[in-house]
Amino acid sequence: MDQRKIRVLVAKPGLDGHDRGAKVIARALRDAGMDVIYTGLRQTPEMIAEAALQEDVDVIGLSILSGAHLALAPRILELLRANGQGDVPVLIGGIIPDDDVPPLKALGIADAFGPGTSTETVVAAVQAAARRKWQADPPGAG
Amino acid sequence: MTTPSPSAAAFDPAPILAGDRRAVARLLTQVENGSPLAEAALAALFPHTGRAHLIGVTGAPGTGKSSLVNELAKTYRRQNRTVAVVAVDPTSPFTGGAILGDRIRMRDLAGDAGVFIRSMASRGALGGLARATADVVKVLDAAGFDKLIIETVGAGQSEVDIAQTAHTTLVVEAPGLGDEVQGIKAGILEIADVLVLNKADQPGAEGAQRALRASQEIGRAAGPHPTAGRAAWLPPILPTVAVQGQGVAELAEAIDRHRAYLRETGLDRERERARLTAELEGRLREALLAHLLARLDSGQFRQTVDKLMRRAVDPAGAVAQLLDAARPA
Ligand SMILES: Nc1nc2c(ncn2[C@@H]2O[C@H](COP(=O)(O)OP(=O)(O)O)[C@@H](O)[C@H]2O)c(=O)[nH]1
Ligand SMILES: [Mg+2]
Repeated sequence: MDQRKIRVLVAKPGLDGHDRGAKVIARALRDAGMDVIYTGLRQTPEMIAEAALQEDVDVIGLSILSGAHLALAPRILELLRANGQGDVPVLIGGIIPDDDVPPLKALGIADAFGPGTSTETVVAAVQAAARRKWQADPPGAG
Repeated sequence: MTTPSPSAAAFDPAPILAGDRRAVARLLTQVENGSPLAEAALAALFPHTGRAHLIGVTGAPGTGKSSLVNELAKTYRRQNRTVAVVAVDPTSPFTGGAILGDRIRMRDLAGDAGVFIRSMASRGALGGLARATADVVKVLDAAGFDKLIIETVGAGQSEVDIAQTAHTTLVVEAPGLGDEVQGIKAGILEIADVLVLNKADQPGAEGAQRALRASQEIGRAAGPHPTAGRAAWLPPILPTVAVQGQGVAELAEAIDRHRAYLRETGLDRERERARLTAELEGRLREALLAHLLARLDSGQFRQTVDKLMRRAVDPAGAVAQLLDAARPA
């Protein structure tokens, strides 16, 4: 009996101290039936990659309000790749100017959302990202 | 059958036995999902289990379990023992999803290769948590962790299941208002090998400790002690302040004393036997039911339920009929 659920890590890297938005997203993902690993504030890229590894997540959602997204993203993606988790889609939400979305995607970020994005949009994006990953790496594969 | 399941040959246990973290993490997902690969893996790993010390930590939400686990794990790391943590949080019965937030309190453990933390949702299925947890624990045990800490919210059946899985069960309480204890519940004291009164820095801690001692004495007077006839184990009541690490060294010591007690009295073997008996019975029950249902004609089970609805047969009579129908010709 296979009962696969989406495991998603919601993390808040950087030094700013607001996790209201991250909590709202975590709850919306939970309400969509996912197992949401919530790690709280001030996560270093190393902590995020370590949690992603131990929790074997399907998707990572980052909330970044500090404006440091272009600096944080490459480091996190690099650590994921080093751990053999380069296939885990990373989505970023927060204060992301439209102009920064193309460079983020060029780095390998699956999707980026600016302020005012609805939780429905984020939930749908996480579901789509998980589905794509599962298609490439079906359940049961060693 | 004396051979392991045929698929066991297809699973290579070496990376798990070597403690490869990615392999362990991926297998835990399979185990949680009850995939066929997990079955093969568990068969291959079972001979390598039975070494870790399983410590259950239960208690009401907010009593400080995760904070305590964080401190306990740090203590064990200073003693050069490796630690795996399984932190279980409830699945929402309405949406099927869960927020697993225990890592928030365990950030001190980040970056330590001797620690592995895994969050798990309870998934709500009756008895399902016990099964999934027992299997997750087997993987981490085979991976070689010395101390295996299982945190569960003390609600309903889950803490009793965990007490059955663990060697040493900690029940965590915290002072509420006045002499009240936040989480004290009938029955929960009986499963405690060690009682922790956390948040001892908060008002009412002394009153809460007295209240705990009183309930413990009432419980002891009421029934025969489970360790009757042996040198008895009296669950110590230990005050802690998890957020400051206070009392944690004493707690770690009490946990080790309990393990030594289990070994000296032979209770560890006895409990292991009871645990394996219960697991075998549970799995056998499920397998027999599936086996029987497979032997019935399609729709026969549903038709029997229809008959029950019409009061054309009683439940015991229905069982007899179904057993008869499933008998090989
Ligand atoms: N004052 C005080 N607060 C504590 C103590 N231990 C934990 N807390 C706080 O209690 C809250 C719940 O702690 P947590 O470990 O998440 O509890 P859990 O739900 O039982 O796992 C957090 O805000 C902790 O910081 C303690 O000993 N004293
Ligand atoms: Mg907790």
